[in-house]
Amino acid sequence: MSSDPLTPARYSLAADEFMFVELSEEMTLEAFFRSISITQRLKSSETPGIIEICPANASYQVRYDPDRLSAAALKEILESLDREVSAQRVRTIETRVIEVPVLYNDPWTHETLMRFRDRHQDPNGTDLDYAARINGFDGVEAFIEAHSGNPWFVSMVGFVAGLPFMYQMVPRERQIQVPKYLRPRTDTPKQTVGYGGCFSCIYSVRGAGGYQMFGITPMPIYDPSGSQPHIDDSMIFFRPGDIVKHRAIERDEYDRLVADAEAGRFEPRVAPFTFDLDDFNHDPDGYARRVKEVLQ
Amino acid sequence: MTIEVLKPGLATSVQDIGRQGYYHLGIPPSGGMDQRSLRAANLLLGNPEGAAVLECALMGPELRFAESRLVAACGSEMTPRIDGQPRPLNEVFRVPAGATLSFDFVKAGARLYLAIEGGIDVPEKLGSRSTYTLGSLGGLEGRPLRADDRLALLPPPGAAREGRRLPEALIPSFSKHYLLRVVPGIYDHRLTDESRERFYEEDWTVASEADRIGYRLKGGTPLSFHEREPPFGAGDDPSNIVDACYPIGSIQVPSGSEPIILHRDAVSGGGYAMIGTVISADMDWVGQIQPHQLVRFVPITLEEALAARAEYRKVLEGLRKMP
Repeated sequence: MSSDPLTPARYSLAADEFMFVELSEEMTLEAFFRSISITQRLKSSETPGIIEICPANASYQVRYDPDRLSAAALKEILESLDREVSAQRVRTIETRVIEVPVLYNDPWTHETLMRFRDRHQDPNGTDLDYAARINGFDGVEAFIEAHSGNPWFVSMVGFVAGLPFMYQMVPRERQIQVPKYLRPRTDTPKQTVGYGGCFSCIYSVRGAGGYQMFGITPMPIYDPSGSQPHIDDSMIFFRPGDIVKHRAIERDEYDRLVADAEAGRFEPRVAPFTFDLDDFNHDPDGYARRVKEVLQ
Repeated sequence: MTIEVLKPGLATSVQDIGRQGYYHLGIPPSGGMDQRSLRAANLLLGNPEGAAVLECALMGPELRFAESRLVAACGSEMTPRIDGQPRPLNEVFRVPAGATLSFDFVKAGARLYLAIEGGIDVPEKLGSRSTYTLGSLGGLEGRPLRADDRLALLPPPGAAREGRRLPEALIPSFSKHYLLRVVPGIYDHRLTDESRERFYEEDWTVASEADRIGYRLKGGTPLSFHEREPPFGAGDDPSNIVDACYPIGSIQVPSGSEPIILHRDAVSGGGYAMIGTVISADMDWVGQIQPHQLVRFVPITLEEALAARAEYRKVLEGLRKMP
């Protein structure tokens, strides 16, 4: 078990309907694990008066009905769940591993990034060139290997409908970090794989965006029309706590998978998985190999 | 029975009381920004209180009715006209078959709610007919109205009565200078004491970027944050946080310069510090503020927010019991 002392949770009232809980000021896998563990327990408790439970990267938020559940009573419940989670001997969550095929350096994000070059830190290169350079990689190939090599936690779903924020399962010193665009773009292709701060994301809809653009996935992740069999009635594929493994693909496979998606025949590779935080901390790279094997 | 959209207006969309339970997936509540006026218009007609209506922002649409229907318009002051003849706000009136319903320029408030006997018939998505434009979800094809759109209607419940009028005491009166009550918190400890105090002492002007996602404010003194070493993953600007959820009504301050109040089509999360939250009872008023009007924030306690919530409930009860 990790011996790091947990920072005390900070509970803050957001007027009369929301409680905001910060678990850590900085992003850590421990804080995310605590957020997902507390919110999963809160959800299964089916406490009357709770309306929405939103886990985030290092915090979470609860919307509640103050006419049925007082802020003080809610805070007591959350504190007790936090104690329960912190006292666990075995730190695991039940989740799934999902393979996301990515065409890195694709023509569509390339066209878009060239169109908005005047808003970028490095007007003479691409977003991939820039990210590889400032993170000390020996070229774009090595950078793509790092991005697609180790798996990611979906640490939050939101901003807009169905957009996953992902935090890579590697030690702090190997985290990729890039700033957002100097000024946000007014356009981003749907299903762009983006990056900002220490988070990767997949844009669920076409629209404005400030994250660096690395590639595009053929996998539909938001389905308001209900035409994708791999997406349930919520219209949204990802859930906080999902584990994602990117796989670099070539153009011909991309085209084939897009055709599958358009015909409603896309089948993502998904496998159930029990994540163990201490096993992971003990050997992150060995753990990454095991995650990959789950999909074989 | 259909309605033909001759002119869409500035930003007209189908809204009801919104959807619940999907914010953790990035889907905000949507629904009418001024819930009280939306509910009032439906209740006047004997519709279900949460039936789908048209929310018309600042400049109303022009609509041709294929068949005769009773309607009620509540909210901002935009005089309705039938084939050019004025009709009253806050009162049930009939639109004859083939007639055109239009609206004058807005005199006060920002959003009018046009309820039609029976309610608008668009498919329910995740339990609501409300339009969520960013996600292309709900309403008519997930977007605001356009010219040549056709709107279908549900059968009238038959309870509506021409001339039925909202009691004067239940008609809101709009101003040009709003006091919005706020429970301070979330990340307001990041502000310097002086900056936090000044935030509540100054008038803020609503910018032209004021829509269903949020209201941007200008004209106050930029806020200053305490110096710090940026936490890992937060970003370098003092207003940055590790991306978190945004409560509806929360006030965020990107770079400390222009506060934004998030409303019912909110982006559900992001990386800017929030310094407080507008209480639920005042969110209807936010939806009625026009660009260039003034806002002052008033800090209150949770107990005061709960008292205001109870008062708001009484107003809704009054609407349900009106003669």
